[in-house]
Amino acid sequence: MTKPKLAVWKFASCDGCQLSLLDCEDELLSLAGEIDIANFREASRAVVEGPYDLSLVEGSITTPHDRERIVEVRAQSKYLVTIGACATAGGIQALRNFKDVKDFISIVYAHPEYIDTLETSTPIAAHVHVDYELHGCPINKKQLLEVINSFLHKRKPDIPSYSVCIECKRRGTPCVTVSHGIACLGPVTHAGCGAICPAYNRGCYGCYGPKETPNTESLARWLRGNEMISEEDMLRLFRTFNADAPAFKKESERHE
Amino acid sequence: MSEKTRTIKVDYLARVEGEGAMHLKIDNGKLTDVKLKIFEPPRFFEGLLRDRAYTEAPDITARICGICPVAYQMSAVHAMENALGLKVEGQLRALRRLLYCGEWISSHTLHIYMLHAPDFLGYPSAVHMAKDHGAAVERGLQLKKVGGEIMTLLGGREIHPINVRVGGFYRVPTKKELQTLVSPLKKARDAAMETVRWVSGFDFPDFTQDYIFVALQHPQEYPFNEGRLVSSHGLDIAAAQYEDYFEEQHVEHSTALHCVLKDGKKAYHVGPMARYALNFDRLPQHIQDTAKGVGLGKVCRNPFKSIAVRSIEVLYACEEALRIIEDYEVPEAPFVEAAVKAGTGYAATEAPRGLLYHRYKISDKGEIEDANIVPPTSQNQKMIEDDLWQFVPQYIDLPDDKLQWHAEQAIRNYDPCISCSAHFLKLTVDRT
Repeated sequence: MTKPKLAVWKFASCDGCQLSLLDCEDELLSLAGEIDIANFREASRAVVEGPYDLSLVEGSITTPHDRERIVEVRAQSKYLVTIGACATAGGIQALRNFKDVKDFISIVYAHPEYIDTLETSTPIAAHVHVDYELHGCPINKKQLLEVINSFLHKRKPDIPSYSVCIECKRRGTPCVTVSHGIACLGPVTHAGCGAICPAYNRGCYGCYGPKETPNTESLARWLRGNEMISEEDMLRLFRTFNADAPAFKKESERHE
Repeated sequence: MSEKTRTIKVDYLARVEGEGAMHLKIDNGKLTDVKLKIFEPPRFFEGLLRDRAYTEAPDITARICGICPVAYQMSAVHAMENALGLKVEGQLRALRRLLYCGEWISSHTLHIYMLHAPDFLGYPSAVHMAKDHGAAVERGLQLKKVGGEIMTLLGGREIHPINVRVGGFYRVPTKKELQTLVSPLKKARDAAMETVRWVSGFDFPDFTQDYIFVALQHPQEYPFNEGRLVSSHGLDIAAAQYEDYFEEQHVEHSTALHCVLKDGKKAYHVGPMARYALNFDRLPQHIQDTAKGVGLGKVCRNPFKSIAVRSIEVLYACEEALRIIEDYEVPEAPFVEAAVKAGTGYAATEAPRGLLYHRYKISDKGEIEDANIVPPTSQNQKMIEDDLWQFVPQYIDLPDDKLQWHAEQAIRNYDPCISCSAHFLKLTVDRT
């Protein structure tokens, strides 16, 4: 029986989410026994032609060329999973969506006329059908393995969609907001990281993006009412790694 | 064969971080064009940092690169502390070195075993290589894992750690927590020693260049976060003077901003070979002896042997991590408080791939008004092309596929990290 074929694709991103696959030191070789790593440029010169059974897509769409390339990737992929905040919400580079990208170009480059870029950074799902989205900046490698494993066994991934708060309770971390007065996005942020920040005495900064049905307005009002954060910092907190995720975008606009 | 134009194109370089391409043109048996092309989409970090709080720089700049986020965090916090006149010393300083040790071990080992060694042994990837060299690949994975464990314990996670802040850390570890790293690190040290021996036995092309090496140099230590910026040709400046001596050229035919020394517009070399050449005597004596024992001199000018120099640095990072853990006492506070004031701060630290320079101008409210970031790969970019100009003619008679693989290997010598795209732009690929 032939093994299913895996492809890993990169768009505008930092490489960190696909690196998560190579960070599975204990599982990588056995994974390679179950699935044919057919197209993974960061790891191999050998490329097996498509179509691919499973495509992992990292990064957001920021150039005209990439806008065409993602359509080709979709056409070659039976099941397409986006990995990380760039691919699911446009990433940190989506901060350009709130400004004029031409200003950014002239800040960085001496000759803006050589730069070929779109006005916006958009998630993969804005361009093609996505079968599953894995959140996080970066993703959690255990969740990545779960997604691959569930694909191999033809079942639904066991990835909870509740908030970071639940993970804090499970971890036994006292609430940093209640006990230390630290502003925290945990109540509105998608679980998955394991609630790392509160365990290190800092508030969640929302790198896994909004959870299902987040009440951002209530949280913001409460944090402001208790003088835990300034209006400027509230805007920044919602407008960072998942700035263009609809719930966070809407909330940040309330603080402009 | 010699009476025609050969074009060797690799449209998507493998086993490098990010998206790049290589283009060689050979006319009548003579190399006439070399281009290392970067088509990584620009992400405009210096632009999007404007108006952000100075406290956000370490977390935001980490996202430039998932392979070396600690380097970005370290250059960012040191630059901010420079602007604020803040000095972070003692155990907090040591913990920062420890975190960097974790990243060096992890990033270097990834490159040695998974990206570079397959070239020397003739496999397309480490997974393919594992079929014949299973024990070696397993050793590499376990060694890499220990680097990740340091970053996870101290940083919260291995990619984009969350525990680094201006002034120190959000939370410092207990002695007992750090002790859990000792046993894995001792095994890692043995594995690193094995790695030095293993890679030193590879066949290296006979190729050397008279490089201008540039790296940090500290009076006593092998450098991570502090030191003068020195070169093998007499440069000796503070990080704050970087932009007086180096410049980035945004030239049309190029694929990225090329960094050169202002003096003579020369290319220069940053990374493990530069650090090693300029700091060899800062390595512990027995590591110097180990290096000599496998045939590395005090200076290594063969870029293909960078894999051996990298392995020496992994060995050093394992030992340095063990030393820091042994000397560790929990500091009084996890961070030093800073009073916000307007100013400009500069820092250069040693990312796994080489010197990483940051400059920030902040307002009296602590908002970033201007940022400049120079990643190591844009500094090495011109050097990589220079290497290809020198190296390819020696192998010009090889068939295209073999020549292509050799040339790719010459690029991978630098462990180029194309995702560090703060300065990189997209150019139309010239397909002739």
